Amino acid sequence: MTRDWTDRRIELTVGNLLRAGVILSAIVVFTGACIYLVRHGFSPAGYQVFRGEPADLRTLPGILRSALHFSGRGIIQLGLVLLILTPVARVAFSILGFAEEHDRLYVIFTTVVLLILLYSLLGSGSAF
Amino acid sequence: MNILEFTLLVAMGSFVAGLLGALTGLGGGVVLVPLLTIFFKVDIRYAIGASLVSVIATSSGAAAAYVKEGFSNIRIGMFLEIATTLGALCGAFLATIVSTRALAIIFGLVLLYSAYLSRKPRTPEQRNLPPDPRATRLRLNGSFPSEEGIRFYNVQNVPTGFSLMFGAGALSGMLGIGSGAVKVLAMDQAMKIPFKVSTTTSNFMIGVTAAASAGIYLNRGYVDPGLAMPVMLGVLAGSLLGVHILIKAETNVLRWVFSLVIVALGAQMVYKGIAGTI
Repeated sequence: MTRDWTDRRIELTVGNLLRAGVILSAIVVFTGACIYLVRHGFSPAGYQVFRGEPADLRTLPGILRSALHFSGRGIIQLGLVLLILTPVARVAFSILGFAEEHDRLYVIFTTVVLLILLYSLLGSGSAF
Repeated sequence: MNILEFTLLVAMGSFVAGLLGALTGLGGGVVLVPLLTIFFKVDIRYAIGASLVSVIATSSGAAAAYVKEGFSNIRIGMFLEIATTLGALCGAFLATIVSTRALAIIFGLVLLYSAYLSRKPRTPEQRNLPPDPRATRLRLNGSFPSEEGIRFYNVQNVPTGFSLMFGAGALSGMLGIGSGAVKVLAMDQAMKIPFKVSTTTSNFMIGVTAAASAGIYLNRGYVDPGLAMPVMLGVLAGSLLGVHILIKAETNVLRWVFSLVIVALGAQMVYKGIAGTI
């Protein structure tokens, strides 16, 4: 029964963590949106042709740099990075939860998932 | 069209998609990519990048509400996420080598199939199945609160479910959708997990699956802030509102209408892919 109770506690904490991450990133994205629209709102929009984003909106150092220069697009992108990191934080936190329950099997499973996520963020062409 | 008008229109469209997705339980992400590519003439790669980001937002935003109900099973979710995240990596890789025309056709077929899945009558739930030794070893069996008190369930066919989850992850990574329909299919049909547990656990897994491919999309330059911003904020607002106003009586009609919309969009994606006008 202790296991069930701890499971519920982990799930509730994780649920709140996720919500907090989404709210934070939505606020950052919205702030960036205001700056972006005030500055560029009346320029023509064009997404028909795929060009790919410039380098400073593809890597974390570049995104941080352009956000610090109050670039609207940079701040939006920073908010999106926070959003992508929210489920990653959830997985990392779950490792602690399973460790607390001495559930070695699930500490291993969760670590594997975390490594896959980190590989996608760091390993492949490296956004971070 | 200037950026301000474009942003407001995309935000409104995404809001409606998120609202209908939440009300019908079919997910808003599935209509976003066709909406952006067919009506706003957005390149499908930008559309997929933006949709993927919004999928993380809706899944994570709704998680807290689902957790309180006590249906989701954190162990089933975490175990199967090994398969979905690996699948998502493969899917994101495939998306870069497959032509945009082929992407549109695959997308259309997935839309048609998920509309079929959502209309298909559910096979009655089998209860009191004997425990599968694999599931027992993996500690997947669980319980949830029901009207008749706490109900226990034994998970079946672990390898089949795991493989299907890999496929769900690959579709999610390639097309930028949550692929909740395939996830629920794997858990509910193959693994014989009760429907309520399947849907809530699936929602929990969608965010992690999408995050696995979102990193790759970001560093390939497929995530455009100007497009992802109205999509993410619109879908998030729509789906949060949808969860709150869920009224049982009207959802059946809504489900019908939304399924028809999905079929129409799916057919159009296939057509445009074949005609090469995407």
